[in-house]
Amino acid sequence: MRETYGVVLPGMSLADLTGKLIVIEGTDGVGRSTQIRLLKPWLEQQGRAVLETGMTRSSLAGSGIKQAKEGHTLGRITLSLFYSTDFADRLENEIVPALRAGFVVLTDRYTYSLMARAMVRGIDPAWIRNAYSFALKPDAVFYLRIGVDDLIPRVVFSSGFDYWESGMDLHPSEDMYESFLKYQTSLLQQFDRLGEEYGFEVVDASADVRSVFERLRDGIGRVLSGEPREPLFAVQRPKETAETGPESKAVEVPAPGKVVAAGTDN
Amino acid sequence: MKRYGEHRFPGKLFIVEGIDGSGKSTQLMLLHQWLQAEGYGTVFSEWNSSPLVKETTRRGKKKQMLTPATFSLIHATDFADRMEHNIIPLLKAGAVVLCDRYIYTAFARDVVRGMDPKWVRELYSFAVKPTGAFYYRVPLDVAMKRILDGRTGVKFYEAGMDLGLSEDEEESFKLFQGRILEEYEKMVPEFDLIAVDATQPIEEQQSQMRQTVKAKLAQAKRLRVAP
Repeated sequence: MRETYGVVLPGMSLADLTGKLIVIEGTDGVGRSTQIRLLKPWLEQQGRAVLETGMTRSSLAGSGIKQAKEGHTLGRITLSLFYSTDFADRLENEIVPALRAGFVVLTDRYTYSLMARAMVRGIDPAWIRNAYSFALKPDAVFYLRIGVDDLIPRVVFSSGFDYWESGMDLHPSEDMYESFLKYQTSLLQQFDRLGEEYGFEVVDASADVRSVFERLRDGIGRVLSGEPREPLFAVQRPKETAETGPESKAVEVPAPGKVVAAGTDN
Repeated sequence: MKRYGEHRFPGKLFIVEGIDGSGKSTQLMLLHQWLQAEGYGTVFSEWNSSPLVKETTRRGKKKQMLTPATFSLIHATDFADRMEHNIIPLLKAGAVVLCDRYIYTAFARDVVRGMDPKWVRELYSFAVKPTGAFYYRVPLDVAMKRILDGRTGVKFYEAGMDLGLSEDEEESFKLFQGRILEEYEKMVPEFDLIAVDATQPIEEQQSQMRQTVKAKLAQAKRLRVAP
């Protein structure tokens, strides 16, 4: 039976959640949404129903968080709790019903991103773990890992530096570039720590879109077929698809040339 | 991030708790008058202060979108906003801050709605521990009479209608408040709440409250407010 990280919410039965919960994690600009756009049709081609979800998309709290972030008015504990409200609403109203209906739930980030951001901002790790302890344990977490040096050109040439993703609330006196460097460096450290603790499968996201997609496709293929996963948290090199063999399923992988640019994740 | 009991501020925080109809708001209003007359810079911190969070809460309640989890979390969000932007700065400035309802209200309501008691307590562990927390203890039937005399009806979440205790609003309200009372009683020893017999005459209760507050203010500096 499925488990949570601690408490079980009232009225939430953990029995019969037969779908698969798959998390794509990683910092902003790493290409999560690009990969999800490729993974969804691939899964659907195999006859799997897919629910795609992501942060601040709840009908209850999504718009309130977006407005609050524009005004830069909320304190760090308040913002953490607002995110937690948004997450609980999506968990109860989207994720759990979809898992019960046997869907593959592909989520663009999960509680880990929210925990990493909060901890970089000085929130007590024990407190934030408790706040999200009602979250379901996913079937797999794929962490798109990238170094700050590889991240910078992607951000510069797509959405540009964002106030929050540059941690400007933490270093208001710095210019956005300096602040971005500091903020993303400490954020990546937090992600690495969480990765060890929660057993993320690490995917080297500095590789091209196609190689990253192939790694994710192989990993998800294993989760769906119930095969044992690869060793925990070892940075994987992009490898030849011939090793694992699922290319025999004749899935159309987009050529690198026609792949969409990294989206503007928020 | 400081936790409950770890904060040290020059200001003082007094809060009242109790079920609807316990008379706690009346007592707090009388205390406010007295503190001002005594020359203490006193501020009343309103529930639901953040316009943004308030909007989300209002919509959630109006459309009955809230589950026990989101009810709990959206109220915690709102409370955190008051704590970070209102209560803590005031206490740093040396004010006497008065709150009508505090974290104990959330503990009672959320636990009755089925949330884990330890989880809720940890969620609110960023809250400042009050200098004095008064609990107005009143039997359910007395409170019910006071409320139902003065009102035309109770709201959906106020009556605990989301719990499905009864189809009838008044009946549901009674059952819900009864369970809230049980939670309050557990919290009296747990958090050293100062229990006041709320069936006594109002002036009697107020005089006890003032004595207690006076003792706790003895060493506080008076933040003089220009007349």
